[in-house]
Amino acid sequence: MSGLSFDLIALQLFTGLALGAIYVLFAIGLSLIFGMLTVVNFAHGAFYMVGAYVGLFLLSLGGNFWLCLVAVPLIVGTSGLIVERFLIRPLYGRGIDYPLLLTFGLSYVMVELIRIAFGKSGYPFDTPEILQGAVNIGVGYFPLYRLFVIGIAAVVLLGLWLFLERTSFGLIIRAGARDPQIVRVLGVNVSRVWLFVFGIGSGIAGLAGLLAAPLQGVIPEMGATILAEAFVVTVVGGMGSIGGAVIAGLLVGVVVSMTSLFAPEMAKVSIFALMAIVLLIRPQGFFGRAGLMS
Amino acid sequence: MLRVENLNSWYGASHVLQDIGLEVNKGEIVCLIGRNGAGKTTTLKSIIGLLDKTSGSVTFKGKEVLGQPAHVRFALGLAYVPEERRIVQGLTVRENLRLGLVASPDKKDEVRRIAQIAEIFPRLAERLDQEAVTMSGGEQQMLAIARAMIAKPDLIMLDEPSEGIMPVLVDEMFELFRRMKSEGTTVLLVEQNVELALDIADRAYVLDQGSVVHHATAAALLANDEIKERYCSV
Repeated sequence: MSGLSFDLIALQLFTGLALGAIYVLFAIGLSLIFGMLTVVNFAHGAFYMVGAYVGLFLLSLGGNFWLCLVAVPLIVGTSGLIVERFLIRPLYGRGIDYPLLLTFGLSYVMVELIRIAFGKSGYPFDTPEILQGAVNIGVGYFPLYRLFVIGIAAVVLLGLWLFLERTSFGLIIRAGARDPQIVRVLGVNVSRVWLFVFGIGSGIAGLAGLLAAPLQGVIPEMGATILAEAFVVTVVGGMGSIGGAVIAGLLVGVVVSMTSLFAPEMAKVSIFALMAIVLLIRPQGFFGRAGLMS
Repeated sequence: MLRVENLNSWYGASHVLQDIGLEVNKGEIVCLIGRNGAGKTTTLKSIIGLLDKTSGSVTFKGKEVLGQPAHVRFALGLAYVPEERRIVQGLTVRENLRLGLVASPDKKDEVRRIAQIAEIFPRLAERLDQEAVTMSGGEQQMLAIARAMIAKPDLIMLDEPSEGIMPVLVDEMFELFRRMKSEGTTVLLVEQNVELALDIADRAYVLDQGSVVHHATAAALLANDEIKERYCSV
C-alpha cells in the first residue's frame, strides 16, 4: 500500500512538472518583457491562446504537429513584433500604466477576433498520433505527450540560455534588463532590442499555447486563466528574473498537481496561498530585485 | 571637436540649463567645475543624449547631434562614463568590457581588444572572470572607464570619476587621464576635486545655476582664489 502511494505521488510529481513546463514557457516571456521593457503585458495570455488557434488552423489545412511546432512561434512572434512596434512603442516613457492598459484592451480585442473567426465554443485538439499512449518511467506509466512537453520546454530553455550567455545580443539583453541607460550610452539601439525581446516572448507564449492545446483543448478564454497563474509565477520567482520564472513555474505546477491529488477542490487556491506565503517571507520573490516597481 | 551653443535643457517643467556654451578641441582635457546642482551632470547627459527635452546646438566632429539618440552619438565617437560607475550587476568584468564593444565595428577583435585594455588596466586583468560588482569602488570605476575606452572613442566624458574612491586609486586614475591625453583622446571631465582636476586640465568652464559663469585656462583658474571660493566651495 505504501509503495503504491509512493508511485502515485511520483507520477503526480511528473504531471506537475509537465504543467509547470507550460507555466515556465509562458512566464519567461512575461518576465523578460517586464524586466526589459517594464511593460506588464496583459496580452501575453492572448498570444498564448492565438498560438493554440494558429495550430488548430494549420492542422485543418492539412499541416502536421511538427510543422506547427516551428510555424506557431514564428507566426505568433511576428504578430508580437507588430504589436510592439506600432502599439506599445509610442507609449514608452509615459509610465507603467499606459502599456498595461493598452495590452489589457488588446487582449479583449484578440479574444473577440478569435470568437468571430472560430466561434465561441471550444475545440478538442488531438494529441499527435506518435505521441499518444504512455511509457513506463520506473514509477508507473506516464503519458508520453506530457514527457514530450517537458522535453520541449527543456530544449527551449537550453536554447534561450545559450543565446543569453554566449551571444553579444544575449549580453545586451542581460545588461539591458539591469540598466537600459548604460546600454544606450554604449551605443546600443535599445528600441531594436526591446522589439526583439517582445517578439521572442510572444513567440514562446504561442508555443506554450500550442503545447497546452492537446492537454486541455482550445477555447478563446484559455489565455486569461494562465495569465493569472503566470503572474503568480513571476511574483514568486521575482519580476524580471528568468531563472526565477523557471524555478517558480515548476514549483507552481507541482504544487497544483499535488494539491489536486490530496485535496482537488483546493488546487486553484493553492497557487495563491503559495504566493501569499512567499510574499510574506520574501516580498521581492526568489530572485527579484527589491524596489523594482518603485 | 565638440561645440555646444545655446544649450537649454529641462527636467519635466524645470528649466535646468540656460544657454550653455562650451567648446572642446581635439587633444584637450577640459573640465567643468561648480557646486552640486550647478548643471554639470545635466550638461554631460544632454551632450550624450539622455535627456528628452533640449534645445540649442551640440555639434561633434562637425555634425549636429542634438535630437539624435544616444547610440548614434556613440557611433560618432562620443563616450560617456556616468556618475556612480553603473557597473552591470550579474556580469563579470570581461562581460562588462564586452558590453563596451557590442555596438562597435571592432567586435570581431574582441579577444585582442580586451587583452589590450587589460594591459592599460592591470587591476582588471587579474579579475576578468570575477563578478564585477564584487570589486572595490575604485576598481569598478576603472572598469567603467575601460568599458567606455575599449571602443576607442574620440572624446570621453567622465562624470565625477574620483567620487568615493581611495586616494591612491585617484592618483592612478588621473595618471591614466594624462596618458589618454598623450595618446590623443580628448577628455571632458566633471570633477568635485577642483585642484586635482585643474592640475591636469587645459581649460575649465565654471558653471553656476545652469549657466556658464566663467571660462579660463586651468592655470589661470588655479591662481584665481576668488572664483574658486565663490563657485566651487561646497
